[in-house]
Parts: sequence; structure tokens; C-alpha cells
Amino acid sequence: MPSTRIRLWIAIVATLGLALVGCTRGGGGNQTADQATQATGPIKIWYSNNQDEVKWGKAVVSAWNQAHSDQKVTAEEIPAGKSSEEVIGASITAGNTPCLVFNTAPAAVPQFQKQGGLVALDSFSDGASYIGERVGSRADQYKSPDGKFYQMPWKTNPVQIFYNKKLFAKAGLDADKPPLATYQDFLATAKTLVDKGGVKAAIWPAPSSEFFQSWFDFYPLFIAETGKQLVVDGQPQFNTPEGVAVGEFWKQLYSDKLAQRELYNGDAFGDQKAAMAIVGPWAIAVYGDKVDWGVAPLPTSSGKDPAQIQTFSDEKSVGMYSSCQNRGTAWEFLKFATSQEQDGKLLEVTGQMPMREDLPSLYADYFKAHPDYTAFAEQAARTVEVPNVPNSVEIWQTFRDAYTESVIFGRGDVKSSFDQAAEKVKTLAAGS
Amino acid sequence: MAASAATTSRPPLTRRLLGRQPVGYLFVAPYVLFLFLIFAYPLGFAVYMSFHDYFFAAPGAIVDRPFVGLDNFTTALADPAFRRAMLNVVIFIAINVPLTVFVGLLLATALNAAIPFRTFWRASYFVPYVTASVAVIGVWQWLFNSGGLVNSILGPLAPDPSWLVNRFWAMPIIALFATWKQLGFYVLLYLAALQNIPEELYEAAEVDGAGPVRRFWNVTVPGVRPTTTLVVIAATITGANFFTEPYLLTGRGGPAGASVSPVLLMYMEGIEQGHAGYAAAIGVLLALGVMVVSLVNRYLLERS
Repeated sequence: MPSTRIRLWIAIVATLGLALVGCTRGGGGNQTADQATQATGPIKIWYSNNQDEVKWGKAVVSAWNQAHSDQKVTAEEIPAGKSSEEVIGASITAGNTPCLVFNTAPAAVPQFQKQGGLVALDSFSDGASYIGERVGSRADQYKSPDGKFYQMPWKTNPVQIFYNKKLFAKAGLDADKPPLATYQDFLATAKTLVDKGGVKAAIWPAPSSEFFQSWFDFYPLFIAETGKQLVVDGQPQFNTPEGVAVGEFWKQLYSDKLAQRELYNGDAFGDQKAAMAIVGPWAIAVYGDKVDWGVAPLPTSSGKDPAQIQTFSDEKSVGMYSSCQNRGTAWEFLKFATSQEQDGKLLEVTGQMPMREDLPSLYADYFKAHPDYTAFAEQAARTVEVPNVPNSVEIWQTFRDAYTESVIFGRGDVKSSFDQAAEKVKTLAAGS
Repeated sequence: MAASAATTSRPPLTRRLLGRQPVGYLFVAPYVLFLFLIFAYPLGFAVYMSFHDYFFAAPGAIVDRPFVGLDNFTTALADPAFRRAMLNVVIFIAINVPLTVFVGLLLATALNAAIPFRTFWRASYFVPYVTASVAVIGVWQWLFNSGGLVNSILGPLAPDPSWLVNRFWAMPIIALFATWKQLGFYVLLYLAALQNIPEELYEAAEVDGAGPVRRFWNVTVPGVRPTTTLVVIAATITGANFFTEPYLLTGRGGPAGASVSPVLLMYMEGIEQGHAGYAAAIGVLLALGVMVVSLVNRYLLERS
């Protein structure tokens, strides 16, 4: 009776399947949050695979381990992946995150928090006060909607306009004080560069649709214009007249072919195919010898006083992950790695700005020896972060889709496209 | 009496369950286990996810992933990005499948004939298939970008915006790329099938006065029909799952989502944005669509 046999086997397999599905939904740890907060012992951390950060990371871990033989820290580069966020997200699901990741993007924090992957640093008695003292007034930007800190704001790369002096001079422009303050100035300069500077684009931000690409084209200029985050109190800000004006400005750059719609396989600025780029202080080490570079503030519609202009922070935080057993050690190591001394070493080795107030006077010797970095250090005090709201990544993707469609590829009206995206963003920011 | 006899002669449960040769289950067990763990369980779990507001969470985390019924499916069907992705599958298959069958069979026939350097040509057509997509995509980007070789040849006839950032041309270029990349494999299948066509059939057709075209149409094409069915179904299934091409060649489904594919959409929704339940629903819809198309293909190709 094969049919009976088949029926019996189907029943057995289906029962096993359902049981297995049911099993996967269970599980849980035994250690209470308080016990974990107090626990000390060996921990593991990840840091970025950036060469300079690896160098700094090794030094800080070695310094810690020399003094804490019973609480040894093991450090590894973050595993390779499309992005650190994807690797960390997968690791949270697998339950094998290290205690600390020194490369946590603030935009991914709401998602990691939703996954139950992060530890609120407020759970340590001196958690909130330490962050407040170290970071100062900007710390509030890193609080989650529940009022807690699920990240330690660590270092920032405040973005500005980096330009190639040689190409500016070739186009007959003033290479020391380039006319880039207003949108009109910027457009005229961009046209001159393409016409006479021998470049394919005046500026060439990635025209692709990754959610984070807006941080290096629209968002810095939007912040420079408004000083606001993309979403404030649940309300999208990008469809305000100022936001639309920024969109129109970029749209003109694309339609006049002063910015390219095609993806450049490589580094357009480094290869001198573009004369400008929106970058942070990391660029000084990268382009230092290759390009005769200058730094200019971001353009605004009215040509604001540079000392008042704010920019996107391009900040990276340190996250403590819930799979961490010895959280007491993790917290102490986190404070050690973000102490004034270690922050100074981070600045020295990487050129990236620690999230501390008044960097130029705090590390006066460094900036005296490295005056190139001063403009970025001053700008570091005036940075705006991505909004810490639910569905953060989806909000950025929604905006990016509208931006690529209406601004980069010029399909439809910028205002209508931004309005449409704003409706969806409003729902997402409310947590729906 | 008959009923009583039937009752008394009914074999025991172990026999009914395991059959006459229970040891056979031992032999098939490893593969059944593999099939269950690698295919059946994930498939079942994906269906389960598609009916929930599911997202990946840390082990032991107390999170709410409620049952949402058909919500994920209705959201997908109303989502312009999903509709565009499904339309792109249709465009892709409409270009890729006929081109694969036609060019694949033509090339296999040519490579089966006594031509000079036959082994070299056979290997040449197989090279793209075994080369990493990332490497050949770089070459295609160079060919089709605004300052690339193709536009240099076309001069003023080149489209503006250029191929890969052009809403109309992005999908056909992707389909063309995939056809070129996979062709070597299908040529190989056809070459194997051609070996099985008896030479006598060609001789008989020639005696009856059939020329090369007639022989190809009346002998070769029917002779490789089972392989054509396989090629059409395989090309449809792999075609519906295209991902690398829009991800790399057109910069994540660009321009502005014009070349997005369902699998790329699943990746963006499920992995990047944390909507695993919604991504699973897209996967289920795609699987159902591919199943229907494959059954129609099979019916059309094998009905005679």
C-alpha cells in the first residue's frame, strides 16, 4: 500500500517540520542584565579594517592587556562583508557578536536595538554621565527614542568640500579662495571647471541608490542650509523649501552634466576626473601627496558665514552587544579606549576627530604640528547626526529612492517627489 | 467473509510504514536529511516568515513578531518597486530565454560541425561561464559607459543617457549580459544532445532533397526537443533569480530602480532594512510565479 506509506511519511515529516519551526522560536539566556553588567573577565572586540584604525586598535588593546591580565581583550578586524552593518546584523542573529564594535553606524543603531542586539549604556551607573562629560552638548543626538544611549559616540569625520587646487588654477579660478560659498557661485565654478579644467565632472558623488549615499551629497548641504536633521520630532524636513532648494541645486548640477549620473569605478577625485569631493579629514592622509588640495566650507543658498555652517558628522560609535557576558570589563575597556589619552592617540594615528568638545585647544600640540587638520577640528564642533528614529535605514532608503529618481535622473518634480517620500517617512518615523 | 479476510491479512504497522525492504530507507536517509535541512526546512520557514511581521533578532531576545496573515503579500502586490521588479523579470526572460535557445542551438550546431579549431571555439564560448561575474561586469561597464567602446563606435547614434543609466536600455543590457555569460553552459547541453541524433536521419533527409536549413529545422530541432525543454526551464528559473547583474552592472538596480530584480529587492528589504517577513513574501510570490511559468513552458514544449 504505497499510498498509505506516503501519507504516513508526509504526516511524520510535517510534524517534524512544525516541531522544528516551533523550536527555533524559543531560547533565551540565563544571566540577568544586572549580573552581566557586573561581570568581569575576558572579552572580544571588533574594530574597523582601516589600516590606521587597526594600528590604533592594536596599541590600545595591548596597553589594556598589560594592566589587566585577568580581563584580557582579544581584538579582531570586523569580518569582511558588503558593509559593517550587514555583518553586525547577521552576527546579532547568530548570537556571536563581540562585546564591543568600534565601528557602529548611528543609522543602524535603531535596527540593532530592535533586534535586541544592543546593551543600553545607561545600565552602568556612570554610563550616561560619562557620555555627557566626554561628548558634551552633542550627546543628545545619540539618544534613542526611549531616552537611553545604545551607543557611545566615538569619532567623527565632519565633511567639507575638498578641492584640487591644480585643476582650479588650470580653469583660471582662484585656487586659494575658490568661489564656492553660494549655490550660484558653486554652479558657475563647476561649469568653469568642466569647460576649462579638463575634468569630466566638477564633483562626482556616487549616483547609486544605497541608503547611505545621501550622507555625501544631499545631507551635508541640507544641514549647512538648515542645521537640522532629516527628521525632527517625527516630521520630515527634506521637503521644506530649504530641502527642496538643495535638491534643485543638485538637480541642476546633474542636468548640466557638472556631476555625472554614471558610477565611477574607482576614485574620481583621486584620478582627477572630478575637481571636488565631499569628504572628511581622513582624506588628508589619502590624498596628501597625490593631490594639491584645499578645503572649503559647504555652499549655502545665501553664502553663510563659514563659522556658522554646520555639516554632517559621518560619525562612528561604539556599540556594546547583548551577547557580551563580561559587560563590566567591556564598559571599563570602553572608557579606557575613549579616554582623553587614547582619543589623542586616535587623532594622531588616524587623523579622525574624537567626539569631544573643543578639540583645537584640547589637543593643541597636535594641531600645531598638523595645521591641515585644524579646519576639520573646528568644523567638528558643528556637526549634525542622522536622526535616531525607528526604521532609520528604511527612511534613508525611501529618501534616497526619491532623490535618485527626481534629482539625479531628473524624472519628475523635486518638490512632489520629496513630498511623496515625506508622507512615507512620517509613517516610518512613527514606528509603523 | 471478504471483509474479514482483508482485516486478517492486513500487514503489521512497521511493514506498512517501512515496506518490504526497510534497509532501503537507511540508504536514502542521508540524502533525505540533507534535502530536509537544506531545502525543505528553509522553504517551510520562509513561508512561515512571510505570514509574520518577521525580523531577525538576537537569540533569546524578547521581540514581537506577530502573525499578519496576507499583509506582506498584499503590500508586495501594491508596491511599485515589486511590480517593477516582476516586470523586469518578464523583460529579462523575454529577451534571455529565446536568445539562449536560438543562439545556443545555432552555436552548438556550428561547433558540432567539422570546423577548424573546433576545440578552441568550444572552450572560448565556455570561458565567460566560468569567469567570475565581478570581473566580466567590469569589462561590460567599460564597454557600455558613456565614454566606452560601444558609444565610441556608435558616435552620434549612442543613447543619451548612456546604456547602463538609461531607463529603457538598462534591462535589455542586463539580459544580454546574462545570455552571453550563461551561453557556454547551454551550448554544452545542446552539444551533448546533438550527439544523440542518429546520423541516418540527416542522410535520409538529404536523400529526400532537404537542404541544410530544412535538415536543421526538421531533424535537429525536433531531435533536441527534450534538451530545449530543459534549457527553457533552467534559463527561466535562473533568469527569474537574477541578482548580480543589477547589483553590480547598473549600481543596485539603477537608474532609479529601473533594473531592480525581485531577489535584489529581497536583499534590500530583508537584509538592509530588516523586513525579513516582507522579503520572504516576495520570495514566495517569485517562487510561485516561476513554478507557473515553468509548468506552462513544459506543457507547451512537450505537448506533442
